[in-house]
Amino acid sequence: MSPGSRPLSPHLQIYKPQITSVLSILHRFTGVALVGGVLLLVWWLIAAAAGPDAFVTVQSVMGSWIGRLVLFGFTFSLFYHLCNGIRHIVWDAGYGYGLPAAAASGWTVVAASVILTVAAWVAGYAAMGGA
Amino acid sequence: MNLRSDLGRARGLGAAKEGVAHWWAQRVTAVALVPLSLWLAASLAMLAGADHKAAVAWIGAPVNAVLLAVTLGVTFHHTQLGLQVVIEDYVHCKAMKVASIVLVKFASVLLAAASVFAVLKIAFAG
Repeated sequence: MSPGSRPLSPHLQIYKPQITSVLSILHRFTGVALVGGVLLLVWWLIAAAAGPDAFVTVQSVMGSWIGRLVLFGFTFSLFYHLCNGIRHIVWDAGYGYGLPAAAASGWTVVAASVILTVAAWVAGYAAMGGA
Repeated sequence: MNLRSDLGRARGLGAAKEGVAHWWAQRVTAVALVPLSLWLAASLAMLAGADHKAAVAWIGAPVNAVLLAVTLGVTFHHTQLGLQVVIEDYVHCKAMKVASIVLVKFASVLLAAASVFAVLKIAFAG
C-alpha cells in the first residue's frame, strides 16, 4: 500500500497552540538546545585546564554581546528545562493531570524560569561589579 | 489463551525487547540534576567575567572538583538518553537512526572523559 493514499492525522499547523502543547515542544527544544550549552561548558573547562591564553579567548567570546545573548538563551533554556522537568516528575508520580492543574503548573514553570533567569543574570552582573 | 512463551513472560520485556531501564535512568539523572545544575548555575553566575586565576582556583577546590565531575557525568548521561529519544522519534531510516544514536553515545563518553580530565588536571596539577 502506498503511504501517500492513506489518511494522515492532523499535524502541528492544524492544531491550535495551547499552553500544554507549546510547553511540551519547548521542553524538547530547550533540551536539544542545552547540548550547545554543555559544549560551551566543556570548552570553558578545557580552556581553563589548557592555560591563561586559551581561557582569555573563551572569556572574550562569551563576554561579547553576542556571547552574552547566547548565554542568556542557554540560561533560560536550563531553568525552563529544569522547572518543566520537575513538572514532568510530578506527573510521573501521578499528580496534576487535570487540565486546570496542567495549565496552572505550566504558567508557574514559565514564571519560575523567567525569575530564575533574571536572578542569575543580576547575580552575574553584581559579581562582575556591574560591568 | 496466552501465546507468550514461559521464557518471554519471565523476561517480561514484550515487543519492545527492553524494559523501563531507559525511562527510569532518564528520571533518576533528572532528579540528580535538579540540585547539581542549580549549584552549577549559581557558581558560574558568581564566576562571570572571572580571570584564569580565579576560575582555576574555583574549579580545583576539592568540593567543586568532585561536584563538577559528578555533574558532568550525570549531564552527559542524561543528554545522550534524551537525544536518543529525539533521534528515535524523528529519524526513520534505520541505518541513519542506529548510526546517529551510536555517534551520540560515543561523543557523550568522549566529551565527558575530556571535561572530567580537564577538571582533574586543574585539581591535581593547577
